[in-house]
Amino acid sequence: MAKLLEVSILSRSFGGITAVDHVSFDLDAGQIIAMIGPNGAGKSTCFNLINGQLQPDHGSIKICGREVAGLHPRQVWKLGVGRTFQIASIFATMTVLENVQMALISFNKQARSFLRTVRQLYVDESMELLRLVGIEDQSHRVCGLLSYGDLKRVELAMALTNQPKLLLLDEPTAGMEPSERRRLMELTTQIVRNQNLGALFTEHDMDVVFTHADRIIVLNRGELIAQGTPEQVRHNDRVKEIYLGSRS
Amino acid sequence: MGFYIVQILTGLSNASALFLVACGLSLIFGVTRIVNFAHGSFYMVGAYAAYAFIALLPHGVFFFWIGVLGAALAVGLLGAAVETSLLRRLYHAPELFLLVATFGIVLILQDLTRWLFGAEDLLGPRAPGLTGSVDIMGSLIPQYDLALIVIAPLILAGIWLLLHRTRWGVLVRAATEDREMVGALGVNQATLYTAVFFLGSFLAGLGGAVQLPKGGADLLMDMNVVAAAFVVVVVGGMGSITGAYLAAVIIGELSSFGILVLPQSTLVMMFLVMAVVLVIRPYGLFGRAEAPEQISGAVSVSLLQPASQRLRILGLVLLLAIVLLPAVADAFQLVLMTEIALVSLASMSLYFMMGPGGMLSFGHAAFFGGGAYAAALMVHYFQSPMALAIGLAPLLTGLLALVIGWFCVRLSGVYMAMLTLAFAQICWSIVFQWGGFTGGDDGILSIWPADWASGKVVFYYLTMIICIGGILALRYLIFAPFGYTMRACRDSALRAESIGINLRNHQWLAFAIAGGFAGLAGGIYVFSKGSVFPDAMAIPRSFDFLLMVLLGGVNTVFGPIVGSAAFIWLHDKISRIDFWQFILGCIFIVLVVAFPHGIAGYVNRRFGRYFVNQNY
Repeated sequence: MAKLLEVSILSRSFGGITAVDHVSFDLDAGQIIAMIGPNGAGKSTCFNLINGQLQPDHGSIKICGREVAGLHPRQVWKLGVGRTFQIASIFATMTVLENVQMALISFNKQARSFLRTVRQLYVDESMELLRLVGIEDQSHRVCGLLSYGDLKRVELAMALTNQPKLLLLDEPTAGMEPSERRRLMELTTQIVRNQNLGALFTEHDMDVVFTHADRIIVLNRGELIAQGTPEQVRHNDRVKEIYLGSRS
Repeated sequence: MGFYIVQILTGLSNASALFLVACGLSLIFGVTRIVNFAHGSFYMVGAYAAYAFIALLPHGVFFFWIGVLGAALAVGLLGAAVETSLLRRLYHAPELFLLVATFGIVLILQDLTRWLFGAEDLLGPRAPGLTGSVDIMGSLIPQYDLALIVIAPLILAGIWLLLHRTRWGVLVRAATEDREMVGALGVNQATLYTAVFFLGSFLAGLGGAVQLPKGGADLLMDMNVVAAAFVVVVVGGMGSITGAYLAAVIIGELSSFGILVLPQSTLVMMFLVMAVVLVIRPYGLFGRAEAPEQISGAVSVSLLQPASQRLRILGLVLLLAIVLLPAVADAFQLVLMTEIALVSLASMSLYFMMGPGGMLSFGHAAFFGGGAYAAALMVHYFQSPMALAIGLAPLLTGLLALVIGWFCVRLSGVYMAMLTLAFAQICWSIVFQWGGFTGGDDGILSIWPADWASGKVVFYYLTMIICIGGILALRYLIFAPFGYTMRACRDSALRAESIGINLRNHQWLAFAIAGGFAGLAGGIYVFSKGSVFPDAMAIPRSFDFLLMVLLGGVNTVFGPIVGSAAFIWLHDKISRIDFWQFILGCIFIVLVVAFPHGIAGYVNRRFGRYFVNQNY
């Protein structure tokens, strides 16, 4: 059976700088992988390549055996990839509920429909998702007025609307206070385990990474320098070098 | 051979004044984010001021150029005065509101110039020392054209040095990139803005002044040059001075050679060049893709809510009043109401794309006038019945909007708005110049309603049914998934694409729908007036629609109707006074300063709590 996500020798450069340099890894259903590395290591570029925001220079990205390199984000989404962004990206003039409704409307190919008003569409399904991410009590608040942590939850709910097989979470807990951070990651882990999804996330908080990831991928200056279980990565000399400075 | 060289040189000299204007426009927009409609007026004032100064000063080479520079300086000071006394008060208001203010200035300057210099076109004085011609392989070119050719690159070099070799220039470039950051670094933004406004206006004035000996001065130059300058800025790439020069040269050469091939084709060729450039390089020759612009955000504070009970009752009362009006009103009032309804539908369609759609248009009259002409031409050439003409008008206009929209949705924010303006100007020029088919300036006459609808009251009801139906349809669409998807595209392109929405296609469709409804309004309009003239699709008409939407307020669905009613009523009250444009301009400015959220927005804030939807 094909892997859920299979990235091989992926490269992308901007001008003279190689942001992602011959990166290969794969991910199975039910697995959570953390991608770590210093700022500028190429994590976000990697995400943007996988969900179609950017086109790779070389390499292939397969989702369930299907090549997605070169597809638009909207096409990748239709293949069952849910995405959250480093800087939360939602529809600021809509309410929390409407944001999720909008995603469901699009998933059900109703985006151009004008037969019914939005008020009657997918309300129950949307509330269900909001309940799942723990923000149903704010469903009628306008997103532009939410705290950053709550926005991240809305994003997560939206990422779940297309019954995804794979979640791409770019710093899902950035801007949250530690306890909320832990709760959201536990929630995410639970969703991934229960629905047998795969998740790839980036994170700067090492506690979060080592607690929740099944495997860790370490990038530095675009290159994949280590991957393995948290235990293996923790004891990897090159990783120590990067995070703690070289010993020489 | 000499003939072609002269044509090339003529093209280069045509480019000079255009470059100066576009360069100023680009600078001002880059730093202050103001789309300065008054920029064309500054150009016009520059020409008139140069005319006055040169007439006052003694004759001679030295004094001629003193006059030209003096005019440019005067316009620069005028620009600085406008910025400090008016625009500065508005920087906290939504950015689009500044448009209304600058358009107020257009009207005021237009009437002031007419008052000071009269309505007659002025013949420019010849430049002393440059009155002769130069023989180039048997063909003659005026010496003054050669002078113009030299001036533009000199100014280009000067501006380039100013921007790249001085501290002030570094600040200007930094502010163009990130205004907030420059402010946070402790730069006095107020002074910087004023200085940039001075420089931009100075360049516009200089443009007007240097082309005076070549083209003279007239009261139409403001609108003519603003459209061309927008094209130059879009083709060259916003913020790129070199790009503006290159684009101005391309446009100049096109008009110089176009006249030889097909005298009427110059504007259409301009369009073709622009289309080709924008398809290959969406942000112009030297432009860069910008981070998502805030200007669309300025329209977008609208948190749309379905109408509350009280609002619905208010609507019903209004509807009842409209139904009963013929019983008490005279014929004239009915005609006025008809016009308000028509214009409301057209501005509602503009609101539809501008508010929820976040797509700014400076050229919506292309579709209103397009619908009017579509209906008029069908009646004129095919004796088509009224119902068919009104029915087909929105479809044909929708097609036109599909063609224009295909290009426009590739851009966003102000780039897109400028492109719509350019397209509208092209539509206008086709109608204006193709006299054999469209009647040109004389318009198409005797387009009267069918017999069954010829009574004033019947026509009133017919108009009301179509217009109110159209407005409600657009409103309904805003609350349907289609409208929500539009808002999604506006709020976050990134998120919209990543939940599977084909952003460009959706915007394209919305653009076409907006165009179609404007065309419907135009189709009825022609029967209500009995005739149609090219000014139905001219720039001022586009600006009228824009003003109605902005005056009404973009925060509320029915803002455009309030704006239209206020605008038409105002227009009707003052248009018989001499220099009414001056008064109208002043009213706009007062309104903008007093109600920075529009009339309906103001009412909404003041009395909104009575109409709040309890569910929210």
